[in-house]
Amino acid sequence: MSAAQGRDRPAGDGLAGVTTDQATEGAPGSLVVRGLTFTYPDGQQALSGVDLTVAPGERVALLGPNGAGKTTLVLHLNGILTGQGTVTVGGLTVDPADRAGLAEIRRRVGVVFQDPDDQLFLPTVAEDVAFGPANLGLRGEALRTRVEEALAAVGMAEHVHRTPHHLSFGQKRRVAVAGVLAMHPEILVLDEPSSNLDPMARRELAEIVARLPVTVLMVTHDLPYAYQLCPRAVIMDAGRIVADGPTAKLLSDSSLLARHRLELPYGFSIDA
Amino acid sequence: MGTGHDAHLLYRPGDSPVHRLPPEVKIASAVAFTVAVVSTPREAFWAFGVYAALVALVAALARVPPGWLARRATIELPFVALAFALPFLGAGERVSVAGLSLSVDGLLGGWNIIAKATLGLLTSLLLVGTTTMRDLILGLDRLRVPAAITQIATFMLRYLDVLVAEARRMRVARMARGDDPRFLWQLRGFAVGLGALFLRAYERGERVWLAMRARGWSGRMPAAWHATGTATARHWSAAAALPVTAAVVAIAATVTT
Repeated sequence: MSAAQGRDRPAGDGLAGVTTDQATEGAPGSLVVRGLTFTYPDGQQALSGVDLTVAPGERVALLGPNGAGKTTLVLHLNGILTGQGTVTVGGLTVDPADRAGLAEIRRRVGVVFQDPDDQLFLPTVAEDVAFGPANLGLRGEALRTRVEEALAAVGMAEHVHRTPHHLSFGQKRRVAVAGVLAMHPEILVLDEPSSNLDPMARRELAEIVARLPVTVLMVTHDLPYAYQLCPRAVIMDAGRIVADGPTAKLLSDSSLLARHRLELPYGFSIDA
Repeated sequence: MGTGHDAHLLYRPGDSPVHRLPPEVKIASAVAFTVAVVSTPREAFWAFGVYAALVALVAALARVPPGWLARRATIELPFVALAFALPFLGAGERVSVAGLSLSVDGLLGGWNIIAKATLGLLTSLLLVGTTTMRDLILGLDRLRVPAAITQIATFMLRYLDVLVAEARRMRVARMARGDDPRFLWQLRGFAVGLGALFLRAYERGERVWLAMRARGWSGRMPAAWHATGTATARHWSAAAALPVTAAVVAIAATVTT
């Protein structure tokens, strides 16, 4: 990493470039995508054969230019969109006909969307964080405990009764993360987690994510952030995975990055 | 949850007997009272005096000061302007007041609008001033209002701020490119902006829906939402005093006019 970035990478890089074998496929927190293709109703092909395997506890960055199909892929991971091919989460395969299975998939895969205002729709922080676990059937004391735990995990416990639109943008994003954590997901999917955050809020969120004991898939254009948090990265372009390996290795390959409209910010360089 | 901290713009925190009434009782009472007011013949001036006294009594019970109500009632002013135009525009028999020729029918029409709108507005203000947003929605839900409507209301209240902020940013962006908004002259930019705002609201609606589904939403609000504290017979009879009195007045006014 260049001198421009003062922080060291967090420990725990041991999982970099894991090639998951058959044994880990059914384990909680594992994700297997096989031959996934999807075409939008207007004829635009967004995914053209995606294969991706993520081991339990891994943190993987999903990189790629705008329009590469990253968000479409994310919406397949919890069964909101379904195309040809299979998505298996902790041994359970996404099947749109199986309503109970789909509910379980959405519990296992927590998606934090890019704009927290899209996600925070209830009048108070507490109610919004309770929305997911309440949909899972929790109530009373158990529900309250979930909310408190999740807000404590993102350092927002004292804002439990506030109105979401009175929070700062960074606080809103942390509440959005809490709303998903409260469902006890096995896989946390973060869509552009660092966008619009001031530098300190960006770092605080990184520290929170690094502490979470879950599998993380992080969609981002913020390459230093991917390097800081994710030992492994995959690059997506034109609806397929075009590179998969240790983040440092991919980000040090400037011709690979350039081929897929990616580049490190000015002043940064990474040695493989 | 029902933590009760969800203040909205028009809510006035307090702990009066009116605040403590279950929301469904207050809503039903306010609606019934307004129906009685609206169905009163406009010539029965005394009846409107009784209604005003009833509203003042509820305001006193709720410890809502007159100034608070008056400031929020200013939203009515555009309608008042219309009501003031009626005596000049109305047809038929005319009277001369201070040298002005005014239509009798127009005068009564204007009075009708002002009296009924003001009473209805003050009633609504007292309702929302003493009930939190969460309770309002919960009250509607308990009154068997279809879930689709209560959910739309929840979202509208939640996203109004987001949309207003978006509209403001779009306006600032227009001004930054040399638009010079003054009262009437800003209409063109505003009208075009409204179209863009609609599109943005539409797209946001879709993203909100996706985010809800991602958290396990299946078309119904979670059962845990329905907190305790439903109305008892005592609550209903206490709150019925207002609309029943108004109904008696309305019937008396109809019979005597």
